Amino acid sequence: MERRADVSILEMTAVELGRKIKSREVSVVQATKAALEQIKALEPAVHAYVTVDEEGALKKAEEIQKKIDAGELTGPLAGVPVAIKDNMCTEGMLTTCSSKILYNFVPAYTAEAVRNLEKAGAVILGKTNMDEFAMGSTTETSAFGVTRNPWNPDHVPGGSSGGSCAAVAANECFYALGSDTGGSIRQPSSFCGVTGIKPTYGTVSRYGLIAYGSSLDQIGPIAKDVTDCAAVLETIASYDKKDSTSIPREDCDFTSALVDDVKGMKIGIPRDYFGEGLDKEVKDAILAAAKVLEEKGAIVEEFDLSLVEYAIPAYYVIASAEASSNLSRFDGVKYGLRAKEYEGLHDMYKKSRSEGFGPEVKRRIMLGAFVLSSGYYDAYYLKALRTKALIKKAFDKAFETYDLILGPASPSTAPRLGESLSDPLKMYLGDIYTISVNLAGLPGMTVPCGLDSRGLPIGMQLIGDCFQEKKIIRAGYAFERSRKYQGPAIAADPKAAAAQAQRGALCGNAREWEAAAAAADKRPADVGAGKEVRS
Amino acid sequence: MANKISDETIEYVGILAKLDLSDEEKEEAKKDMGRMLDYIDMLNELDTSGVEPMSHVFAANNVFRDDVVTNGDDRENILKNAPEQKDGAFKVPRTVE
Repeated sequence: MERRADVSILEMTAVELGRKIKSREVSVVQATKAALEQIKALEPAVHAYVTVDEEGALKKAEEIQKKIDAGELTGPLAGVPVAIKDNMCTEGMLTTCSSKILYNFVPAYTAEAVRNLEKAGAVILGKTNMDEFAMGSTTETSAFGVTRNPWNPDHVPGGSSGGSCAAVAANECFYALGSDTGGSIRQPSSFCGVTGIKPTYGTVSRYGLIAYGSSLDQIGPIAKDVTDCAAVLETIASYDKKDSTSIPREDCDFTSALVDDVKGMKIGIPRDYFGEGLDKEVKDAILAAAKVLEEKGAIVEEFDLSLVEYAIPAYYVIASAEASSNLSRFDGVKYGLRAKEYEGLHDMYKKSRSEGFGPEVKRRIMLGAFVLSSGYYDAYYLKALRTKALIKKAFDKAFETYDLILGPASPSTAPRLGESLSDPLKMYLGDIYTISVNLAGLPGMTVPCGLDSRGLPIGMQLIGDCFQEKKIIRAGYAFERSRKYQGPAIAADPKAAAAQAQRGALCGNAREWEAAAAAADKRPADVGAGKEVRS
Repeated sequence: MANKISDETIEYVGILAKLDLSDEEKEEAKKDMGRMLDYIDMLNELDTSGVEPMSHVFAANNVFRDDVVTNGDDRENILKNAPEQKDGAFKVPRTVE
C-alpha cells in the first residue's frame, strides 16, 4: 500500500518547517519521511536526484531531533531536509557531477558550505542531477538521464542546477544548494518557478565544490521564497582558509534585510536587456514586476548598461580555459573511471577521459586548451580577460546611480526537451542575462514573477553591486509580498505525477548506470556496487 | 566560416586536452570550434588597448600561513576511490622501463 506524503508539511517553506520543528508540532523524522515519500512518488516523473540516501537521512533525522530536544541546535534550519547539487563533496555519499568519469566517487571529506548546513542541523536527503560538470543550461548533458520540469514534463528544468530547482519546485526537499558559474542557479530557478541567489564571489567557500570555472563559481541557495534563501545564505556564508578566494565579511546577517520597504530605492532597467531575442511574454511579466516595485515606492528608470552581448564570448573563453585546467585532474589515477584497455600511462589518461567525459565537456575542454595554447593565448584568453575588465567597469558605473539592476533571468521560459542540445551556440546565447554577473563577481537573485500562456514560470533577476546582497533581498522580499508562492500541480498531487511518468521513457540514475556498466563488463567488478553510502 | 580548423590543429588540441577522438568526433570538433571562434571573434570589435586583463574581480593576494599540518592521515579513505592500488599507493601502468 502506497503511503501518501504529508502534503501539509511538504507545502511549508524551510523556515516555516524549522519553526514547526522548534515548537514540536512536526518532528524531524516526520518531515524527513514526508520528503522521502514525495521523492518516491515523484521521481519517476521528475528525476531530480541522482542519489537518494534514505537510510542515512532517517538516521540523521533522529540524531538531530535529539540535539534539538537537548537544546544544542536552535537555528532556523535545524531539522529541515535539504538536497545538495551533485558537484559538492559529501563525505561517504556518492558525488558524481552527473559524469561517468566520477560514477563511483565517494569523497573522503565534505564541502565547507555543506558542512555549515550540517552544523546548523540539516538533514541531507540526497544529491541532485545537473549538467555534466555544470556545463550546460538544461540538465540534459547529465550522464545519468534528463530531469523534467515539474511544471511540464516535456520541458527542461534549466541548468546546470536543474535537479536542485526541480526538487524544490516538486516539494521533493524543503530547500537545496546549487552552484552558479554563468547562471546555473538563476536560470533554472526561473524555469522552475523558485527563488535562487548567486552570492558575491568569495562569500560562500568553494572548498569541496568540484571546480568548473574557479574564478566564476559560487554556491548559493535555492528555495520557495526569499526568506528561505536569506536564511540559507546566512548559514552557508563563511570565511574559509581552505579557499584562497574566500572573503571575510561582517555583513552576513542577510535575514535582517527581509523588510517590506523599497521606498526611495533606485532600480535601473537596462534597455539593452529588452531588445531582440527577448520573449514578449517574459518582457511583459518583468516590466509588470518592476511596476509593482515602483508602486511600492521604488524609483525605476531605464538606462544603457552597454557591452551586454560581449559577455557571452568572453565567458566561454574564460570558463572553458579554466575548465580545461581544472578537469585535467580526471585521469583515471586517483578516483573515478579508468579505461579497461590501454597501452601505457599516457594512453590510459586519454582513454579514461575519452570514455568518461560527455560531448559538451569535451567540447569545452578542447576550446579551453585551444585558447590557452601558445599563439592563441593573447588573442583569445587575454582579450577575454580585458573584456571582463570593461564589463566590470560598466557595472561599476551603473551602481554609481542605481541600488540594483532589474531584468529577466532568461530570454524565454523553459524550452522543450531536446530542443537546445542540437545547437550549442544557441544554448549559450540563452545565458545572456546571467553570465555578466559572474564575470563581474556580483550577487544576483531570481524571483518568480508569473507564468506564460503555456503555464511555464517566468523569473525576474535582481542584480546588486558587490557585497550588496541585502539590497536585492529587500527588493525581492518586498516584491514577493505581492504574490503568493505557487508550485506546479504535481507537487501537491502525486497521482498526476504518476500519470506524467507514464508519458515518457524515464531516465536512469547513477546506480542504474553503474549496474548497466558492470553488466556490460566495462570495468573491474570490485568497484561500484555497494559504494553509494559508506558508513 | 571565417575560422577554419585544420586537422593538425584538432590533433594538437587533442594532445593538449588528453582526449582520444574518433574520426567522427574530430570532424564534429572542427565544426564546433570553428563556429565558436567565429562567435568569439566578436570581441575584436572592442578596443581593449590599455586595459589590464582582469583575472580576479577582487585583488587576489597570496594568503600566507604557517607550514603546519592540520589534517590527519586519511590514506585509507582516499585510497578507497583508487581504480587500482598496491601497498598503500595508487597503482599506474609501468612508466619507466
